[in-house]
Amino acid sequence: MSFLVRTKQKFSRLFKGLFKKKQMRIGIYGPPNAGKTTLSNRIVRDWTGDAVGPVSEIPHETRRARRKEGVTISDENGNAVTIDIVDTPGVTTKIDYKEFLEYGIETDEAIVRAREATEGVAEAMHWLREDIDGVIYMLDSTQDPFVQVNIMLIGIIESRELPVIIVANKTDLPDASPSRIKSAFPQHPVISISGLEGTNVEDLYDKMIEYFG
Amino acid sequence: MIQGVQIDLISADRLERLTALEKVRVILEKVMEGNVVVLEKGLTADEQSLLIETTMREITPDGFAGIEMETYSGGSSDSHKSGGLFGGLFGKKESSGRLTVIGPANQMKTLKKDKDLISAWVSSR
Repeated sequence: MSFLVRTKQKFSRLFKGLFKKKQMRIGIYGPPNAGKTTLSNRIVRDWTGDAVGPVSEIPHETRRARRKEGVTISDENGNAVTIDIVDTPGVTTKIDYKEFLEYGIETDEAIVRAREATEGVAEAMHWLREDIDGVIYMLDSTQDPFVQVNIMLIGIIESRELPVIIVANKTDLPDASPSRIKSAFPQHPVISISGLEGTNVEDLYDKMIEYFG
Repeated sequence: MIQGVQIDLISADRLERLTALEKVRVILEKVMEGNVVVLEKGLTADEQSLLIETTMREITPDGFAGIEMETYSGGSSDSHKSGGLFGGLFGKKESSGRLTVIGPANQMKTLKKDKDLISAWVSSR
């Protein structure tokens, strides 16, 4: 490779490094079992063909934040956004290993699971204060949105002035009430989806391009 | 001896003198002893985030299981806007929430919560 070509490449990298727009790091937050990993998997699978992590009906299946870098989401008009997706453990103020025993998990494993879950939540809270540029806040639309942890987390996100899209998930279930979520958080955009069936995720992608682009 | 639960009502003045970490430590020490803490003025969003993080680090099997925390729902989501126009221009000061009740998760359960009423049930250890 000639000296000139090498020098040109070196300057090109330096230039890109100096002026490249920082890729937004989007955290998927919410209470346990809201469908965060299901949505993360769907986004990553739709746009990269990959996956983020396993899902389960047992709370705190995701006990460590998982990240997928450089996911580019685009629309038919040529608008696009490239983001890092961070799937976080369900945020809560309490974790008792005994709740895992109800799912047939042995005591020793339940204790380990609880310890990992506490570390994961602490890490997720720390990330929210330090390393996240935007949030997708996931809610199970069959559940009451007015619980303290939701109000508290939305308050924390607002205080940091992070762009947030609220997702009313599980619209495929008969008890789903996305309108309750819309009335709880009228100050933010709310997109109703079924992460499991993929219903209406295109609307979410459009909103992500608009909000995080 | 009378069986019961100790309730600590902490004034806004007392907390105002402390740093975020000190506030969290004061609250958690009391809650981990089995007390219910009532804050005259709630915590800021950052302090709440720190409280959750620190709570998680204190949880142990068959010991402390975390906290139950409630505050009036009305107005909390607007707390960040309290700086208003001048706050935005001159660097707003993050406002605290409203009266807040914090107790041990395995002893306290919220029965009903409204924008102007919190009903909680507390058991002794």
